[in-house]
Amino acid sequence: MDAAIEVADLRKTYRGRGTGEVRAVDGVSFRVERGEFFGILGPNGAGKTTTLEIVEGLRKPDSGTVRLLGLSPWPHSPELTGRLGVQLQASAFFEFLTAREQIETFAQLYGASKARAAEMLELVGLTEHANVRCEKLSGGQQQRLSIACALVGDPELVFLDEPTAALDPQARRNLWDLMRSINAEGRTVVLTTHYMEEAEALCDRVAIMDAGKIRAVDSPAGFVRSLDAPTKVTVAAGQLSGERVQALAAGEPWTADEAAVVFETRDPRKLLTELASDGALDGLAVRTANLEDVFLHVTGREWRA
Amino acid sequence: MSLDTAEARTERAERAGGRAYLSLFKALGRGWIRDRSQIFFTILLPLMFMVLLASVFGSGDTAASRIVAVGDVAVLEGADEGEFTVTEAADLDAALAMLREGDADAAVVQDGSTVRIYPSGTSSTSGAIAEGRLSALVDDVNVEVLSAAAPGEPVLATEVEEADGGALQPIQYLAPGILAWGVAISGVFGAAGTIVDWKRDKLLRRLRLTPASVRTFLGAKVSVNLVVALGQTAVFLTVAALGFGLRLSAWTWFAAPLVLLGTLAFLAIGVVIGGIAQTSPAAAGLSNLVTMPMAFVSGAFYPLALSPQWVQWISYASPMRYLNEALQSVVVYGEPPSAVLPQIGFLAAFAAVVAFVSWKTFKFDEL
Repeated sequence: MDAAIEVADLRKTYRGRGTGEVRAVDGVSFRVERGEFFGILGPNGAGKTTTLEIVEGLRKPDSGTVRLLGLSPWPHSPELTGRLGVQLQASAFFEFLTAREQIETFAQLYGASKARAAEMLELVGLTEHANVRCEKLSGGQQQRLSIACALVGDPELVFLDEPTAALDPQARRNLWDLMRSINAEGRTVVLTTHYMEEAEALCDRVAIMDAGKIRAVDSPAGFVRSLDAPTKVTVAAGQLSGERVQALAAGEPWTADEAAVVFETRDPRKLLTELASDGALDGLAVRTANLEDVFLHVTGREWRA
Repeated sequence: MSLDTAEARTERAERAGGRAYLSLFKALGRGWIRDRSQIFFTILLPLMFMVLLASVFGSGDTAASRIVAVGDVAVLEGADEGEFTVTEAADLDAALAMLREGDADAAVVQDGSTVRIYPSGTSSTSGAIAEGRLSALVDDVNVEVLSAAAPGEPVLATEVEEADGGALQPIQYLAPGILAWGVAISGVFGAAGTIVDWKRDKLLRRLRLTPASVRTFLGAKVSVNLVVALGQTAVFLTVAALGFGLRLSAWTWFAAPLVLLGTLAFLAIGVVIGGIAQTSPAAAGLSNLVTMPMAFVSGAFYPLALSPQWVQWISYASPMRYLNEALQSVVVYGEPPSAVLPQIGFLAAFAAVVAFVSWKTFKFDEL
């Protein structure tokens, strides 16, 4: 069986007036297996959307090749597009139509039934809002409708371009559950995001992209492991004497101010046990390395979402 | 829900191909009907212009002339009240002030046997009409005096009859012009606005990623505009005939293909504008910039024959001129379609050239 996506050495340069050349995509290669949840993580302007648009077949690269489910996305072919589901950053809707009319129109384009359209509305929790005009839906509801339209054709491969951007935390969590269930049904999902915790929570593998290049690809856990960073354990100040802090740190780095003591340890189990026996657990916080640290490590730059 | 088999998928894709055009047509048509601003621009605005222009051109020459008499003006004593409304002013300065402000069409002073007429410069047309009527009044008085002095002498008299059996009422030349303009604004504004909307909401981009082809989608979009143009024409001609006394010829049905052809030409212009403009206000502004001057140099609001020569020269480049002429020929004069073949040819050529240019210069990446 072919891979879901095979991308080799994509390049795309924009020549803007006055801005000179911008290498939006600069030699990008990656491979996504069937059934995978693949994330492309990077700050705004990293080239995520351009990469995705080339992969989907909306833009022609200057050079490089793309295979989706073993087929070329260029030129447009109904055989391939019928197997793809796409959610774009802008919620692309027909003006003045209700949510139901919207998804039924998309259903007809994919040759899917009205029942399937209704089922998708139900899946994204919009059955109650079926008769509301799209422009009157909230941002989160529009994104969910957009995803429902992407799923109505029963796709094997789903592209989601920053689906949770500009949503409140609750709406974001709801969408996470939806995206997990889409992937759990056996569909390959490709997600671009500039939220670290989103990539960490959802993706099997993450490509970290910056300045048009993919800097590294790994699973979130693999990234953190390979970073081999110490665990940061924080407790409120005033519970431990200076000597005791020295003893607990056991030669590893630590810092302290009026509010808190922060240990950086390779052996959090031992440290936490000792803190517990000291009864010094007020204000306890344990923070392991996360993708933010990975990004700093991989790109040499502070994360700026 | 679960993933389909490949066979089921192929079969579904085949079904989708045939239905895509219809479902897109339905979705776009529904959107059009629900957009109140569209109804206003394509149906109500042309009707409003017809009401306005019909009353402006229809009333001017039949109303009584407003005359200011300075002092005693004996000649006005025999005047017909249907032709003159007379007011009096204390002196000439007061009368001239009234003329300047447009409160009167002419001032008259009678100094013994001399009748001095001051026609209004502010509204020169009604001033000229008043002047003509006053001169005629003076002539009538002279003829009476002369006839009394020499009763046996024959005297020439004139009688004015309306030419053309009175057919060229203002509505007869206004209606085709305003209809042509209405078709133009809905075509140009419609296409330009749609393209700017697509740049913003990326609908076309999204549809390119469905099994339906771009050609199907654009075809459905153009079909909606063509159907709209037909509806607009039907409503407009019906109102003009029933409400304003437009007499429709037997060839009126041929307005349908003319309007369809015109719409294609104006859609092409709208596509060029939509390609340049980045926002809705910019698209509307540019569309106005093109359609308003085009209307004035195409005889849409004012007969071309009465326009200056340079306007007539410019009008040869305007598709609205040819649509207007062709509509006038078949709808008002009842000429057969063969009489408007040159206009049809120009409209078709114009549509083809502009469509080709817009296709070649269009930046599809922006959509």
